[in-house]
Amino acid sequence: MQVPTHVEYERASSVDEALEMLSRAGGEARPLAGGHSLIPMMKLRLAQPELLVDISGLTELSYINVADAELRVGALTRHAQLLDSAVAGERLPIVHDAERVIADPIVRNWGTIGGSLCQADPSEDLSAVLAALRATAVIRGAGGVRTVPAREFHAGPYETVVEPGELLVELRIPLTANTGSAYEKVERRVGDWSVAAAGAVLTLAGELIEDAGIGLTAVGAPHFCAPEAEEFLRGRRAGEEAFTTAGQIAAEHSNPVADQRGPEDYKRHLAAELTTRALRKAFERA
Amino acid sequence: MRVTLTVNGSQRTADDVWEGESLLFVLRERLALPGSKNACEQGECGSCTVLLDDVPVCACLVAAGQAAHRRVVTVEGLAPRGELGPVQQAFLEAGAVQCGFCTPGLIVQVHDLLRRTAGAGLPPPGDADIREALAGNLCRCTGYEKILDAVRLAASRLPVMP
Repeated sequence: MQVPTHVEYERASSVDEALEMLSRAGGEARPLAGGHSLIPMMKLRLAQPELLVDISGLTELSYINVADAELRVGALTRHAQLLDSAVAGERLPIVHDAERVIADPIVRNWGTIGGSLCQADPSEDLSAVLAALRATAVIRGAGGVRTVPAREFHAGPYETVVEPGELLVELRIPLTANTGSAYEKVERRVGDWSVAAAGAVLTLAGELIEDAGIGLTAVGAPHFCAPEAEEFLRGRRAGEEAFTTAGQIAAEHSNPVADQRGPEDYKRHLAAELTTRALRKAFERA
Repeated sequence: MRVTLTVNGSQRTADDVWEGESLLFVLRERLALPGSKNACEQGECGSCTVLLDDVPVCACLVAAGQAAHRRVVTVEGLAPRGELGPVQQAFLEAGAVQCGFCTPGLIVQVHDLLRRTAGAGLPPPGDADIREALAGNLCRCTGYEKILDAVRLAASRLPVMP
């Protein structure tokens, strides 16, 4: 049996109370949302918080709505709720592409968006999706609210800029006209982490690419994105030639490491090919 | 700590629950409900699947405190008074059980799938829907063919489910 080390447990009844509990315990407390990343890590003793602050009852952090040309997703929203959201599916197909291949339906029922992002696993899918979409993370602390671009949210593998005593409360995703998006993932078996994956967001002005966002999963791309490939695409005519070259650029700037999911050159190949495929599909959807 | 929750329709209280304990441990070791199985403990295999406020979850990854004052239905709750539910009956008839370790989780997950589809007056789930719904329930014996047969059989018999 897998048993975590000793831990205290407190249940928060409001965001303010959660923040108060978190800051009282300093860096040794962790918020417990769905727990589907944290609890496995605790059972393996890779995480050993002294206090769990249970925020799973904070319904005020569970919502999906549209305001100011943004999709706003509460951090406690379950994966299944995001996958069920019609507005997310219509306006941001990249989000539904990714959600369909995150773990399995049972895990998606209880695992949360905020929990996935704060786990900051380099193979986690939504990090690349939100980087491609240039989303914004809303973080609350005792001192108030601050916003951080998705591309600055991660401080490294399993590390984010959310400080002890703070809570990720919302994701804001821009809804842009004339835009298509897609996410392409290769996994060893259904529900597994990515061998590699790529997300693409294309905004068109006629036949030209007005703006592009590319997110990369599990290939060591800094901040889960490919700015060199995005820069190449901007202003260029949308089409196969541009998409293929952008894929190659994205692969050149990625830094995959060999592991049980595959060797480095294979992952680099996937980074190129999946970027191209995602761009192709995003273009079809724009 | 003390955790009070509703399990299979009855209010139950577990005492001396340790803060890091899972809902699965509470069900199996404190409330004498061993139907939900303890296998991977990492949310990979689905053998501990229970309904938590009507939603299938991995009980191994829900902290005991998180289940407080919520409604839990385990596989035992799908066979009240010891009579098999329609999904259980179909698994039996289709021979969808070998070692049986994954079966309780599958029964709970299939119950949920059919409650949302055929049992709600909607068309029965197609094979792709069934495969997707069961993607988180691993069976290492059957090769899944008989499990799919069982789901189709149960779906064909269900006008309406509770």
